[in-house]
Amino acid sequence: MITSFLGVLFDGLAYGMLLFLISVGLAVTLGLMNFINLAHGAFAMLGGYVCVLALQRWSLPFSVVLPVAFVISALAGLLLERLLYRHLYHRSHLDQVLATIGLTFMAIAVASYTFGPMQQPLQVPKFLSGQVSVLGVDLNIYRGFLLALGAALTLALTLALERTRFGASVRAAVDRPRIAEALGIRVGLVFQVTFSVGCGLAGLGGALGVQVLGLDPAFPLKFIVYFLLVVAVGGTSGLKGPLYAALLLGVIDVAGKYYVPQIGAFIIYAMMVILLVLRPQGLVSRR
Amino acid sequence: MSPATAHQATTGRAPKAEIIFWLVLAAGFWLWPSYLPLASQVLIAGLFALSLDLVLGYAGIVSLGHAAYFGVGAYAAGVLSKFGWGEPFSGLLVAALCAGVTGFLTSFLVVRGRDLTRLMVTTGIGLLLFELANRLTDITGGNDGLIGMEMSPVLGAFRFDIYGKVAYGYSLAVTFVLFLLMRRLVNSPFGLSLRGIRDNPGRMLALGYPVHRRLIAMYTLAAVYAGVAGALLAQTTQFVGTDVLSFNRSAELMVMLIVGGTGMLYGGLVGAAVFIVAHHYLSGINPAYWQFWLGAFLIAIVMFGRDGVLGACIRLERAWRTRIAKPAAAP
Repeated sequence: MITSFLGVLFDGLAYGMLLFLISVGLAVTLGLMNFINLAHGAFAMLGGYVCVLALQRWSLPFSVVLPVAFVISALAGLLLERLLYRHLYHRSHLDQVLATIGLTFMAIAVASYTFGPMQQPLQVPKFLSGQVSVLGVDLNIYRGFLLALGAALTLALTLALERTRFGASVRAAVDRPRIAEALGIRVGLVFQVTFSVGCGLAGLGGALGVQVLGLDPAFPLKFIVYFLLVVAVGGTSGLKGPLYAALLLGVIDVAGKYYVPQIGAFIIYAMMVILLVLRPQGLVSRR
Repeated sequence: MSPATAHQATTGRAPKAEIIFWLVLAAGFWLWPSYLPLASQVLIAGLFALSLDLVLGYAGIVSLGHAAYFGVGAYAAGVLSKFGWGEPFSGLLVAALCAGVTGFLTSFLVVRGRDLTRLMVTTGIGLLLFELANRLTDITGGNDGLIGMEMSPVLGAFRFDIYGKVAYGYSLAVTFVLFLLMRRLVNSPFGLSLRGIRDNPGRMLALGYPVHRRLIAMYTLAAVYAGVAGALLAQTTQFVGTDVLSFNRSAELMVMLIVGGTGMLYGGLVGAAVFIVAHHYLSGINPAYWQFWLGAFLIAIVMFGRDGVLGACIRLERAWRTRIAKPAAAP
C-alpha cells in the first residue's frame, strides 16, 4: 500500500515538474504582459517534434537534442512575438484568446500535415530507461531524471530571477510595469527575452515529455487546460506559486488515475472549477 | 459608433433587410432543395451561435465551454426519444428545461471572477460534462454515441424524411420563433441593461442594477437556447455523439460567432453559414488544410476585421447611405 503510494507520489511529482517547466513561460507571459496565450502548448509541441526528429532522423545524442529543442522553440517564440504577439498586448482578452486559438489551429494543422495524426513513439536513451529499486519501491529512472533536471532548472531560474540584474528587471516589470518603465527598465525588451525563454522552456518540456505526455498534433489543445490551471492556481508573480501548483496538479492527476480510474480526468476539472470558484478574484493579474 | 452599437440602436423597428432575410430562408425549399440537410445544420449552428452571442456579445462573458449546454440538450432529447417518447416539441421542452437547469446551476460559478477565471471555469465545466458523458455509457452510449432514437412526426403529420425537408422546416420554425423572442428581449430595458453590464459593470452596480442576477438570468437563458439547438440536432439527425460536448465544438462555435460578428443578433447565423459552407467545401480537400486556413482567418479577423462579416456589411451599408444622402445634407 505504502509502496504504491510512494510510487504514485514519485510519478506525480515528475509529471508535475514537467508541467511546471512548460507552464512557467505561460505564467510569466500572463504576469508580465497580461496576455492570455492559448498557443503556449504549441511551443511545447514544437519542442517535442524537434526531439523526435533529432533523435530518429538526425540521430543526435539525447544530451544535444534537449538544448536544440530549447533553442528552436525560443527562436520560434522570438519570431512570433515580433510578428504577431506584439500587436495584441493592448487588445482585449477575447481578442488574445481568438488570435492564439487561431495560431494553435495553424500549428496543429502544420504538425498534422508534416508528421501525421498519430502518436509519435519515442525510445529514450538506454541509460535513462528502466527501473531502480529504492527502499523497496520500484522507481522509473526516466521520471527520476525528469525530477532531477526539473529541480536543477528551477534552481537556475530562481537564481536568475533573484540574483541577476535582469531578473530584478523582470520582477520589477511584473509588479509595476509603468514605474519600471519610468525608472529606465526597457519593459518591452525584458518581455521579449522572457517570452523567448518561456517558449524555449516549453519546448524543452515538450521534448522531455514525449514519453510521459505523448505527442500528437492535438497536444496543444489537450494540455492547454493543464497549463492554464497551473497558472491560474499558482499565480503569476514568482516561481514558487506555479511550482507548487504544478506539483500538486501532477500528484492529484496521477493519483486520481491510479486509485479511481473510473473518474480519472474528471478530478482535475472538478478541482479546477472548485479552486477557481473559491478564489474568483483571479490570482492572475494585479492590474 | 461601432457598427454593432449603431445596429443595436435601430433594431427596435423591423427593417426590411431582416424580413427579406427570413423570407429567403423560408424559400430554401426551392432555392437549395438538394442542400436541405446542410441548411438545417446551418440553422441549428446559427441558433447555437445566437446563444453564445447572448453570453459573449450581450453579457460580455468569454466562454469556451458553451457546448456543455448544447450537449445536455442533445442528450436530453436523445435519451427521451430512445426510451420511448418521440414527440418533437415536447422533446425540445424537456431539453430546454434540462439545459436551463444546468445553466442556472453553473451560472453561479461563471459570473464571478474576471476574464481568465471565467474562461477556465467555463472550459472546465465543458470538460467535466464531456467526461461525464463518456463515463455514463449506459445512458449516453459513451464513445459510440446514442443510437436508437425514434422521432414521431412533427405536429402529428410531418414525418421526418430522408431529404431533410421536414427537418429543415422544423428547424427553421423553431429558430425563427426563438429568434423573435430574443429580438424582443434584447431591445427591451432588460436587454439594454445587459449591454450596460457588459460595458461597465461597476457603473451599473452603482446605478442600482442587480448585476449579478441579470447575468445569471442571461446565462441561464443562453443555456436554454443552446439546449434547444442541441435537441434540434439530436432530433433531426437521430444521433448524439460525445463530440456535442467537446472543447472543439465550443471553440468552433466561438469562431463562427466571431466570423459573423458579436452583439448584432444575426452575427451568429451569418457566421454559422459562412463557416459551415466553407468547411463543407474546403475540408473535403484535406482536413489539415481547412484547420490551417481557419486559424489564419481567425488571426486576420482579430488583427484587421472588427465585428466580423456582418459588421463589415453594416458598415458598407451605412457608407452607401451616407454617400446617397450627402447632396441633400449639404448646409
